[in-house]
Amino acid sequence: MSPTETPLTKMAAAADYELQGDQMPDLHDESRRLMTICNACRYCEGFCGVFPAMMRQKTFSDADLDYLANLCHGCNGCYYACQYAPPHEFAVNIPQVFARLRADTYRRYTWPGFLAGLFQKNGTLVSVLLALGIALVLVLVHLFQPAEVIHGEHGGNFYAVIPHNVMAYSFGGVFLYAVGVLLLGFYRFRRDTAPTQADETALSVAGATHDALVMKYMGGGGVGGKNDGCNYPAESFSQIRRVFHQMTFWGFLLCFAATSLGTIYHYVFGWIAPYDYTSLPVLLGTVGGIGLLIGPLGLIYLKRIADPNILVSEQRGMDTGFLALLFLVSLTGLALLAWRETSYMGTLLAIHLGTVLALFLTMPYGKFVHMVYRYAALLRNRREQKV
Amino acid sequence: MKGLPEKVDVIVVGGGGAAMAAALTARERGASVLVLEAAPKDFRGGNTRHVRNIRYAHDAATDFVTGPYPVDEYYDDLLRVTQGNTDKDLSRFLIEKSLDAADWMAARGVKFQPPLSGTIGLDRTNAFFKGGGKAVLNAYYATAEKLGIDCRYEAEVTDLKIEDGAFTAARVMYQGREQTVEARAIVLASGGFQANTEWLKEGWGEAAEGFLIRGTGYNKGRMLRVLMDHGAETAADADQCHAIAIDARSPKCDGGIATRVDCVIYSIMVNRQAQRFYDEGEDIWPKRYAIWGRLLAKQEDQIAFGIVDAKANDLFMPSLYPPLKADTIRELAELLELDPDALEKTVTDYNAACRQGENKDRVFTPGVLDGLSTEGLSPAKTNWAQPIDTPPYYGYPLRTGITFTYLGVKVDKESRVQFKGEDGRILSAANIYAAGEIVSGNILGQGYAGGIGMAIGLVFGRIAGEGAARNVAN
Repeated sequence: MSPTETPLTKMAAAADYELQGDQMPDLHDESRRLMTICNACRYCEGFCGVFPAMMRQKTFSDADLDYLANLCHGCNGCYYACQYAPPHEFAVNIPQVFARLRADTYRRYTWPGFLAGLFQKNGTLVSVLLALGIALVLVLVHLFQPAEVIHGEHGGNFYAVIPHNVMAYSFGGVFLYAVGVLLLGFYRFRRDTAPTQADETALSVAGATHDALVMKYMGGGGVGGKNDGCNYPAESFSQIRRVFHQMTFWGFLLCFAATSLGTIYHYVFGWIAPYDYTSLPVLLGTVGGIGLLIGPLGLIYLKRIADPNILVSEQRGMDTGFLALLFLVSLTGLALLAWRETSYMGTLLAIHLGTVLALFLTMPYGKFVHMVYRYAALLRNRREQKV
Repeated sequence: MKGLPEKVDVIVVGGGGAAMAAALTARERGASVLVLEAAPKDFRGGNTRHVRNIRYAHDAATDFVTGPYPVDEYYDDLLRVTQGNTDKDLSRFLIEKSLDAADWMAARGVKFQPPLSGTIGLDRTNAFFKGGGKAVLNAYYATAEKLGIDCRYEAEVTDLKIEDGAFTAARVMYQGREQTVEARAIVLASGGFQANTEWLKEGWGEAAEGFLIRGTGYNKGRMLRVLMDHGAETAADADQCHAIAIDARSPKCDGGIATRVDCVIYSIMVNRQAQRFYDEGEDIWPKRYAIWGRLLAKQEDQIAFGIVDAKANDLFMPSLYPPLKADTIRELAELLELDPDALEKTVTDYNAACRQGENKDRVFTPGVLDGLSTEGLSPAKTNWAQPIDTPPYYGYPLRTGITFTYLGVKVDKESRVQFKGEDGRILSAANIYAAGEIVSGNILGQGYAGGIGMAIGLVFGRIAGEGAARNVAN
């Protein structure tokens, strides 16, 4: 090869420069660089949805990359299997770069835009709101109720301390705000990343919903209907993260179902709480609450022992803050249930509602949002699979 | 990190598929095993790091192969690709022994993937590793650790002590000093010499300077040289190797699979003189994939350029590096540093020889042999010959990328290295085994069948491990 500089060698030098992975310029550019390498290799097509989805295209717009990043769930299969992972000069680390890009989509698609910075200071946000939430409810209770009511025994009747309508309207209002912000993000993300050639059908929606509910890609895929598991928290294959994540997810849904059922009981049937320990709302809440104790705790533990090469340290606050909050909501909820017949009920109720308030307020500005973007990504994935 | 032991039962030199097959097998039979891998941990495993599948004989479809691949068919395929230039007895033995390959690997943690879109053409004959070869290595090394195999990285064996045809000890460069390790048997699974440019020149002359090395940069052939110096019999010629056309802009070594460019059959390939030199459309791409490395090696500067137009550029897998792009052939020639007049003439002549659309049999059909041949052009392009006339035009600079060399030591069916005695008789060494690329010349006198390299590593590695464990037991 001639040592003089020619257009060809300059081109090679430029391409070399592009492929050096030791800098992190723009997240989209970096993701595009990686997807170009991956699309020329394709060894990882057996791991998850990302690589088959990548193979459906030759070029990658920013929106395509947002979509792929949110289809990735950080199982790390591709990282450990990658012949180009650092210290190889191509420096391919999909789980880490996609985790950063995912967090970036959370910021770009939130509302109002000026609150996007909350994602970066999420650990602090959660801690502060948790303290403020508990303090606020405690103060309000003390302002509006005499001490003997707060510390009295009410046979489990929460409304003796905080009237039903106060509770329903205030928390319902905060919850609806959170859901509104999430839905807006979902709508805008789905619109921006929609594929041009594939329509959404009832079948594709059903498929994506199935994938979300069973956490299909967290199983890691495999042959003969067997799931190999993910390479998390370390290189060996394991299903443990999926188990903890399922517990968290279904725990949350069951608690949500318990609350919804209670609302229906109240408004439709006029059955006023407290409900028996064997009643459906309490059973749902108890089982869900146990899931929400074990699941988040397990996920936090796994994150603590996970391979630092694939973690994004600056996102630790966001991930852990959300999980810790779920855990605390559940812990205080179960404590409230256990001691609802005692004089501690009033205080426990205030503490529990404080944690719930913090959860609702941080929902649109923390890790919770991953759910809506992941689901949007799964929707597109199913749409394109049909083409 | 502790120093090396002074004495073990079995030393395995190398750290790839063959080495680990030998190490695991010997350990499972009770021997203490020391694996000496020259590369650092992150780059362990030789070319196994870059592989994707294994070609193995099987009698029925499974979850990861779509149908049977009987021994006879495999053998016929091998005879065809090598044009009979193989040790037929040993080849047949290899293929028969490959029958339980996938089961053996799966039992040691290797995961396979179901046949997917990217595997068209090989989905019946080859089992694809989920995640590729590095995932295979991860599984092997994890199993090795569980079994108590001592694996050392950046441990380069420099010399072997061989007395009266028997191995006694190895000299090892480790942690900055040379040490001696004694063993009852040794398995040499240390690869070919593809990363040793000086040695490559013995077969290729100065052209070897222009080669890129697709895989590991650690395969320098040192053990092969030591064995040859001790009088080991060799198999295959120094210029025989697996080599393909890869992007000329790839790293000098370790670029792996991503640097391949699949444009050839839908392009015209021109050399530095902007002249065509071979039938680009001779056969479907998987069957011609491995001849282009050698073809390029014979061109000036070991480089050639695939020229396609806009209608052909989406017909093959996207490339790692973007192609050079221009609105006219002349401009493209300048980007590629070719003579614009010469390239224009080559393209014009080619286009004039294309016969597309003249009757209903002449329809360009990607993916199958469409018989759409040029007429009156030399060399002809015998399939997919459609004119290059739709801008923008794209140019892919391609260079020889060598995967591995075939020249190696002769072995018997116990994977024992064969030496010429002082009386001229050929004898198998009592306790020196070889497996993997270093024995590939026994099977591959020339040519290649995708995935057979892994079979050579696995089968001979296992046999070598068994033999070495027997040396220990006796």
